[in-house]
Amino acid sequence: MNTTTTNVAARLETVIGPARVNGSSESCAKVAVDGVVPSAVTRPASSAEVVEIVRFAKSEKLALIPCGKGTKLGIGMPPERYDIALDMTGLNQITYYDPGDLTLSVDAGMNLAQLADALAQQQQFVPLAVPFFEESTVGGTIASNIGSSLRPGYGSARDFLLGAEFVNGAGTFTKSGGRVVKNVTGYDLHKLLIGSLGTLGAITRLNFRTFPLPGGYGQVVSAFSSVDSVMRFQFMVFKSPLSPSSFDILGPEAAQTVAEFKDNSDSALTSWFARGEWHVCVGFEGPEAVLRRYSSELVQYAQKCGASTYHLLKKSDEKSLRDGLRELVKSLSSSGSAATIFRINIFPCFPPDVMNLRTLAQRFSIPCCIFANSSGPLYFALQPNELGAKTIGALTQIASSVFQYAASKDSQASILFCPRELKEQVNVWGNPRGDAHLMRRVKSAFDPQNIFAPGRFVTAI
Amino acid sequence: MLAEGAAQKTLPRDLIRGLQNILGASMVLHRPEDLLLYEYDGSVEKGRPSAVVFPTTTQNVSRVVRLTAQHDIPVIGRGAGTGLSGGALARTGGIMIVFARMNRILELDLENQRAVVQPGVVNYELTRAVEHAGLYFAPDPSSWKSCTIGGNVLENAGGPHTLAYGVTSNHVTALELVLPDGEICRVGSRHGDSLGYDLAGLFVGSEGTLALVTEITVRLLRKPESVKTLLAIFDRVDDASETVAEITARAITPAACEMLDGWTLRAVEDFIHAGFPLDSAAVLLIELEGLAEVVAAQGAAVEEVCREHDAREVRVARDEQQRELLWKGRKNAFGALGRIAPSNYVLDGVIPRSKIPQALRRIQEIGERYNFKIGNIFHAGDGNLHPIVLFDPRDAGQYQRAIEASAEIIRYCVEIGGALTGEHGVGMEKSELMPLLFSDDDFELMRRIHDAFNPQSALNPGKIFPLNKGCGEITPRAQAAVRAVPL
Repeated sequence: MNTTTTNVAARLETVIGPARVNGSSESCAKVAVDGVVPSAVTRPASSAEVVEIVRFAKSEKLALIPCGKGTKLGIGMPPERYDIALDMTGLNQITYYDPGDLTLSVDAGMNLAQLADALAQQQQFVPLAVPFFEESTVGGTIASNIGSSLRPGYGSARDFLLGAEFVNGAGTFTKSGGRVVKNVTGYDLHKLLIGSLGTLGAITRLNFRTFPLPGGYGQVVSAFSSVDSVMRFQFMVFKSPLSPSSFDILGPEAAQTVAEFKDNSDSALTSWFARGEWHVCVGFEGPEAVLRRYSSELVQYAQKCGASTYHLLKKSDEKSLRDGLRELVKSLSSSGSAATIFRINIFPCFPPDVMNLRTLAQRFSIPCCIFANSSGPLYFALQPNELGAKTIGALTQIASSVFQYAASKDSQASILFCPRELKEQVNVWGNPRGDAHLMRRVKSAFDPQNIFAPGRFVTAI
Repeated sequence: MLAEGAAQKTLPRDLIRGLQNILGASMVLHRPEDLLLYEYDGSVEKGRPSAVVFPTTTQNVSRVVRLTAQHDIPVIGRGAGTGLSGGALARTGGIMIVFARMNRILELDLENQRAVVQPGVVNYELTRAVEHAGLYFAPDPSSWKSCTIGGNVLENAGGPHTLAYGVTSNHVTALELVLPDGEICRVGSRHGDSLGYDLAGLFVGSEGTLALVTEITVRLLRKPESVKTLLAIFDRVDDASETVAEITARAITPAACEMLDGWTLRAVEDFIHAGFPLDSAAVLLIELEGLAEVVAAQGAAVEEVCREHDAREVRVARDEQQRELLWKGRKNAFGALGRIAPSNYVLDGVIPRSKIPQALRRIQEIGERYNFKIGNIFHAGDGNLHPIVLFDPRDAGQYQRAIEASAEIIRYCVEIGGALTGEHGVGMEKSELMPLLFSDDDFELMRRIHDAFNPQSALNPGKIFPLNKGCGEITPRAQAAVRAVPL
């Protein structure tokens, strides 16, 4: 800590008032990132206050990390510097909502679940079915670009984010896009904010396209004894006229984790999953006639592909399963102090040699889970029993193999969550990239003095 | 900063020779009579390049860019020149790189629904190449039979069916780029997800001001099982526009929802014979796609909304031939309008869909006040208006009034929560209107992004950013002759 950071909280108070600043060690520890603790936490209540804070940080050369509820602060590398946590939860209102136009503006600090409740009153929603759903903020969800299980049906955030307002590293309030569903006015800077992990600025507001809540939901869960059968089933579904809203492929261990998911209902998820089998959960939506069509065809395809069992889920069990699938990454990331989850952007997302990953984990006797969303990434989660030097050594070797595997497939792999001890050995962002210099140009344009989350991002941004 | 109408630079002889050495003499045009064709696009703008070149490889694009950089001459990329905002015009002269010869489909991965194409591939040709496998490329601007995918990418083109499937950026997963210093690099991934910033998302729609695009990886979609095309006929424009607002509000998502007002459809019918009723005030062309059950349910819901809003009649296309005829009427409408006035100016504003009725009333009122007939034919389902102002450019007073009326309409779109352009791009046409939406701070950041990739403004200068800061005027010039304006 250099001398300028010693009384950060006190000086911040002079900028936006004592009510908005907390310098207690307890509060600061709560927003530590990979063990790096800031000197102050500040909770602005308006975008104008965010501007003041960023200008202060810029003039004092202090580093900021914007955060929501802190559920995904473990993503990325440890920050090089971290003086101020910018708690965005004070900006938490729906500021514009036109249900007739299906468009919405919401403050970045609004809770995702609260937003969903508000939209449900108009029978609408934003298709962000992401882990940590109950506690996350909208801004944190976008800044981390964590995967949504509804991606096959609705796409990812870049497909329905219409615009954004943010405070960039120069300390100016800026906007991009708009609030209309079709817009090519100016550069799409808001797309750059998706997954930027707070390195480009503090997102203050996001504009979304909303969608009608479907008339009903259904889910078919099929069990297969081999990866080949899973692949056949996947191709059969995607060559059919059906367009499922979700398509989750679960290895035997991942299926077990979902089966054990606990929610408030007394659903019996365990009865839908067979031990030791690969499972595919296909979600679909629509009026009754559409649900019937999906059910019957999916069961037919599953049979053709040699599924050992298949179940139709409806009503409360179906909801529990959707939540279980949505929260799978959360369940696995909190499964132990050494839990490590790789995210592999491989194409196609479920390759035939996926079993090699399992073999890799077995070589080090580390329990693992494999799962994928048909249009999103492939996940490879490791659950070592303890966090010791031996485990870190094994994870380091596994990481190197996974990165190599991805490179051999012209793909990219990164580590989504892992113990910070592993980050001392491995760059979680994987192999060096050909477009790193272009990313650094974007970073410099947004944040010329490198005050936003320095060092956390890809290519040491 | 560039001045409007800056003098074109006279090309040094060694630059011409250098270009010829790279590409061969036949691939370099530099005589004034050869360049005339390239001073237009589909807009009412004009700007003549100093030379036009036709590279066939990415390497050659890079060499051309390096050479022009040495001579401090700007470079402008161009596909088929069907753009509607002057995006592919040489505003200040310079070397125009036409991608017409880079028109190969490099790879079709039908199993995984991806295609890799060169920028000069015509939009429709890609769909033709994959339709045997039940696939297609979704963005479908009205110029789809002639416009190129490279142009679609840089303008982030739309089209009628983007209502359900999204604009070009939703379908591009990776790009190969040539930067202004000649560097070749790749962004994005075949998968679509890429670690780090979404650079592909930034470059799509950057109107050629950040980099040239030399290769594109796109998603292909599976053709729907069932399609239903409805033509709803109304005696009052208000009823038609309220129907659109209600369809949106009831969360019915058609694949396309297009509106033609009566005056426009009569002009179209006279020319195309699509079967539009001559005595109606407005029609909606609504297309539903998907599973048969979904289409049946949505079709019934759409018909109900239409009837509740006093539709005189709702016709359903009986077969593919009838469907194609209806779409032909829609997609060739602008050409048809060219027959009834010396010139037309197609606007491209976008508004919240709940405000379509009031916007159409305001457009009519503006037309009456300026004494113009303003037609409306547009993508109603996503609030993307295309008012068409018909005028005679030979009458200076009329021309000036047309420009003023157009600017007033676009200002109104912004006032009610809309944007300057839904799919045509800012280009030369709307650069001066940008301050209506963006603050000095917004421009400052956009400028820093621009300069991060294109610091000398060597690529497509004079686009997007206002030249005369803050005056907020629209800047088209009149067309000298009647031309079909594709949309």
